[in-house]
Amino acid sequence: MMEELSLHIMDVLQNSLAAGARNVELEIEEDVERDRLVIRVKDDGKGMSPEELKRVQDPFYTTKRSIGVGLGIPMFKWVAEHCGGSFRMESEQGKGTMLEAVMRLSHIDRPPMGDLVDTLLGMVVSSPQVRFVIRYKSGKGEFVFDSREVKEILGDVPLSSAEVVGFLKEYFAENLGAVMEAA
Amino acid sequence: MADKIRTLDQLRKIREETRKKMSIREGKYRFKITIPMGTSGIVMGAREVMKAFLDAIEEHGLTDVVVTQTGFMGSRNIQPVAIVEDDQGNKVTYGNLTPEKAKEIVERHIIKGEKVQSYLVLTPLE
Repeated sequence: MMEELSLHIMDVLQNSLAAGARNVELEIEEDVERDRLVIRVKDDGKGMSPEELKRVQDPFYTTKRSIGVGLGIPMFKWVAEHCGGSFRMESEQGKGTMLEAVMRLSHIDRPPMGDLVDTLLGMVVSSPQVRFVIRYKSGKGEFVFDSREVKEILGDVPLSSAEVVGFLKEYFAENLGAVMEAA
Repeated sequence: MADKIRTLDQLRKIREETRKKMSIREGKYRFKITIPMGTSGIVMGAREVMKAFLDAIEEHGLTDVVVTQTGFMGSRNIQPVAIVEDDQGNKVTYGNLTPEKAKEIVERHIIKGEKVQSYLVLTPLE
């Protein structure tokens, strides 16, 4: 099992990359007043047929070989539903996939967000060909990151060079840290 | 958000500094590290291993190493895995990694050019 929500997020983002997405949007919304945590990922990958979409969410039918997705989705679905929330996916072949997990922020079994900074840093740095747009919203404010801005600034300098990694780590820690509330 | 300490604009300076170092070797990378990040890799600690590689790159000021990721590769029981490839196309696979082992791979294989024999795995990858 995955003990942090950020690991589930990483798994979902990885699915988007495996589906050949060039644009991946991650939205996280903490709503303390309504006791809700929403995690949403949208991509423009190859998408799935209605049958495949059903299968990736079913732990008994999912096989790695047929569609390239393991038990990650059923696990995430189980967590969301078990934590007083809901889970839904929409997909269209050739267009992309959307996944939304909702859970109660205060649910006793809700996994902690965990190390979101390392997760996002790892994803952004290791997939420079993909545009990641990340939004984190809470009562404290909103953090928006667009990896295209970073790439425009860096030009031919690789994202995984020492000083860039160091900078992005601090940048995420400060700016995400400033808006993360209950997680 | 007005009082944030770091802004992306500061990356411009970093770009210029890194470019100067890069121009010596004409913008080519010397090593590529690929980490499979499928569900089993993630469950077994691939994120921590990736972070350890990035931390070691930062710590040693390396500008010629590219870290990338891929989906599921190899069998579950050797995760987390890292494939290290040099600019000549020579490739080796390290398995059952931990953050400590990742750091050691950077210090020995990437910096000194000696493979860390004891962490190599021979399992064919898919």
